[in-house]
Amino acid sequence: MKENTDFAPVMIPQDYKLDSPVKWCAGCGAHAVLSSIRNAVPETGVKKENVVFVSGIGCSSRFPYYINTYGFHSLHGRAAPIATGIKLANPELSVWVVTGDGDSMAIGGNHFIHVIRRNINMSILIFNNRIYGLTKGQYSPTTPKGSVTKTSPEGSIEEPFNPGELVMGSQGAFFARVVDTEPKMMKEVFIQAALHKGTSVVEVLQNCVIFNNDVHENITGKDVRDEHQIYLKHGEPMIFGKEHEKGLIYRNNKLEVVTIGKDGISKEDILIHNARCTNSTIHYNLVKMDQPEYPVAMGIIRAVDKPVYEEMLYDQLDHAHEKSPIKCMDDLLKSGNTFLINESSS
Amino acid sequence: MSKNPRIIELEDVVVKFAGDSGDGMQLTGSQFSDTSAFVGNDLSTFPDYPSEIRAPQGTVAGVSGYQVHIGHKDVTTPGDLADVLVAMNPAALKTNMKWLKPGATVIIDIDNFDQKNYKKAEYIEDPLNDGSLEGYNIVKAPITSLTRSTVKEFGLDAKTADKTKNQFVAGILFWLFNRDLTIGENFIQKKFKKNADLVNANIAVLRGGYNYAETIEAMSTTFLVNPAKNKKGLFRNITGNIATAWGLLAASEKSGCGLFLGSYPITPATEVLQELAGRKHLGAITFQAEDEIAGICSAIGASFTGKLAVTSTSGPGLALKGEAIGLAVITELPIVIVNVQRGGPSTGLPTKTEQADLLQALYGRSGESPVIVVAATTPANCFSFAYEAAKLSLEHMTPVILLTDGYLANGSELWHIPEMKDMPEIHPPKVKDNHEGYMPYIRKPENLARMWAVPGQEGMRHRVGGLEKADKTGEVSHDPYNHQIMVGLRQEKVDRVANYIADQEILGEKDADLLVIGWGGTYGALYSAVKELQHEGRSISLAQFSYINPLPKNTEEVLKYAKSRVICELNLGQFAMYLRSKFPQYEYKQYNKVQGLPFMISELKAKFIDILENKGK
Ligand SMILES: Cc1ncc(C[n+]2csc(CCOP(=O)(O)OP(=O)(O)O)c2C)c(N)n1
Ligand code: SF4
Ligand SMILES: [Mg+2]
Repeated sequence: MKENTDFAPVMIPQDYKLDSPVKWCAGCGAHAVLSSIRNAVPETGVKKENVVFVSGIGCSSRFPYYINTYGFHSLHGRAAPIATGIKLANPELSVWVVTGDGDSMAIGGNHFIHVIRRNINMSILIFNNRIYGLTKGQYSPTTPKGSVTKTSPEGSIEEPFNPGELVMGSQGAFFARVVDTEPKMMKEVFIQAALHKGTSVVEVLQNCVIFNNDVHENITGKDVRDEHQIYLKHGEPMIFGKEHEKGLIYRNNKLEVVTIGKDGISKEDILIHNARCTNSTIHYNLVKMDQPEYPVAMGIIRAVDKPVYEEMLYDQLDHAHEKSPIKCMDDLLKSGNTFLINESSS
Repeated sequence: MSKNPRIIELEDVVVKFAGDSGDGMQLTGSQFSDTSAFVGNDLSTFPDYPSEIRAPQGTVAGVSGYQVHIGHKDVTTPGDLADVLVAMNPAALKTNMKWLKPGATVIIDIDNFDQKNYKKAEYIEDPLNDGSLEGYNIVKAPITSLTRSTVKEFGLDAKTADKTKNQFVAGILFWLFNRDLTIGENFIQKKFKKNADLVNANIAVLRGGYNYAETIEAMSTTFLVNPAKNKKGLFRNITGNIATAWGLLAASEKSGCGLFLGSYPITPATEVLQELAGRKHLGAITFQAEDEIAGICSAIGASFTGKLAVTSTSGPGLALKGEAIGLAVITELPIVIVNVQRGGPSTGLPTKTEQADLLQALYGRSGESPVIVVAATTPANCFSFAYEAAKLSLEHMTPVILLTDGYLANGSELWHIPEMKDMPEIHPPKVKDNHEGYMPYIRKPENLARMWAVPGQEGMRHRVGGLEKADKTGEVSHDPYNHQIMVGLRQEKVDRVANYIADQEILGEKDADLLVIGWGGTYGALYSAVKELQHEGRSISLAQFSYINPLPKNTEEVLKYAKSRVICELNLGQFAMYLRSKFPQYEYKQYNKVQGLPFMISELKAKFIDILENKGK
């Protein structure tokens, strides 16, 4: 991303506030995400005119109306291709996509995997409330199996997606997970997502207080969160637990939860998180960790360097222009086979 | 070279090349049309592909054709029936017999006319001996074997050697049309310049074909078509798809809005994407999306960011893009949707032509969703209408659907090369940074186009989206009266485009006994049929529409005075339905064809004469 470097960002969160009212339900997890983003964006060092928020359709996708940047509230599922067009048209823009679990993985599933595969530089925030909020409570592609919803009165019989697995399967270079109850974590991760060159996907575990209240409670609840979450940081050991007594090791081709000081395990045995490792085996395992066997991984799980689509595209454009003798339309019109008819070629 | 036996000067000639998909007939045909242009003939071409890439060799399903119509007189269609047919195998002969003029010259590759190939072509009897070729001038040329023996000395592998067969055919035609062989040799030099062996082999085969034709006695007469009498200047031979791509490039250069094409391959529109993908040197950005929807959505994103945004497709793809076109309508962002029509519904006839997407283009979206619809009328004027579509879209801030069709897209004709300085100016309503009081839905009073600010501009941050927006501010609004105002404004904006487009022309008298009405790609055939009947003294005229929505302001005038009217289209009557809804006071007859084929001049003439002579009915 070629950011404008001669611009000193003196933006504050207030710069991104709009006068119009935020219309999410009281108590909706999205409010906290919005304020974390307003806090994060000024710290990405991007000129405010260069920030664009694009969304699909859903409760979460109302987001662009609540932040004072360029914004595009588009079609259900189509935020990724719209954002793609914006980024390719002007690579200097800092492009954010805000989407829901249905928006990105049901109707927009195809676009989601392809934008990641291409590695176009943008940050995709999935507000995963594991339900269709805007349409009032039908199961989504991330709804846990067995859930009773308006369209699954006997319990959902579908196997849910894990967004991180899709990202890995799409050769994703950046995946992070955060919860809507941790503003500090959200802000840190959002900034890193924006600074990462390439497609970065952040799954936000968001609570829908109306149609799926407490769906993430077993991860985010005050009394369980220390045991049921692990906040991963690059270069630091994978330790969690109230007393920082638990950790992860890799044994017999799988991750394993261990207790430091027990069974001969010392702190040195605990895995150090390497988010930049190009081999995705460990990342994949981390992404899949779930209750009750494992804590759920939070933070930046994977962040590796990979060629960025629009940079390669603009290199090709520049190179083609330099190389070709056809520099303008008149050149093109007269190129190749042309025929002078009833005139001498003088 | 010895004198040709008997030379007949012709006003025009239709030559059809037909063979297996692998025989290189498209190449032979385009080489023939290039030489024709080189000697100054007017021309029109039409390829005829099977939809299978390589259907079993020698079968009827695998026949690929290429028709070339050249003329000293003006040529406006690839011609109804062929004067000369080159058939590389029995299947090619079988498929094309019904499109031959009486007495036509038929050149066959006799090497392929054996029991094995008769069987593949499902001939019950040997066509060479069952009398079916009576009345035609049959030239049984051993094309394959003579080609092979000619190239022997060049040491080519069998496959490459057989590929030079088309030069043998070319050689025969050089002789048949009394053309200077050096033109063909120069073409070969240019084409294979990197490979001396190929140059020599191809030239040897070309000469082989020429010498063969000269020595055999089957062709006692040869033809001469003099340079086009009504053409003068610098020309090129161009297909509709390439002309479309170039028209978009030209509009991009003129408007200063970089070109962005988001698209997904689909026959017969793919070439627009392919051509522009190769034009990065002119700054064109192409994005081959994961599907049709992503194609148009990426274009809408690029439009939001200030580009000349385009998506290209065919009918099934247009259906997928419907929702996104609605988004461009409500956000009032410019975008050109190129729809190259093919036979439908569904996958239908992918490689064949039809005009049955008209109503889809006009109405195929949710809500009140007006867009500008224009239609190109000839392969070359796809350039002008692509340019015009882009100009209208950018200046009026609205989606434009450009309708072409398989016939225009793959067909070609001679095109008088324009100069960019003569192309009309394009002024999109872009605003400067920090424009005071900017609101995204403030409009230009004269044409109601909204003012266009794009991300990156200082002091212009704003949001657009698919929810209904308040007049001027663009804030989300569910107010009932506001919705009525906005629906009205979007409609009025498109209606007012009528003030900016050309009047509808009539070829002939406006009070003719019969006014023929067509639209888009049927122009060539309708023009020829009407012209010929006018020459025969009939009172008949033609109005060929290119501006469909809105219609030109003088449309009522055009329709009013005719004593009868017939609407001709390659569908079941979609334009007829449209005109009846706009001008119900007139009576319209219809002539409709849905065979995946263009109109033939002869069938049109017969129909028109029938109407003229049975006026009362
Ligand atoms: C083409 C189309 N189909 C269906 C809908 C209805 N719809 C709107 S939002 C939505 C689901 C949203 O769920 P999600 O993406 O999880 O967002 P949330 O509301 O939960 O934030 C649906 C089905 C639509 N707007 N457009
Ligand atoms: S329905 Fe759920 S997701 Fe939507 S705003 Fe209300 S609480 Fe939030
Ligand atoms: Mg949801």
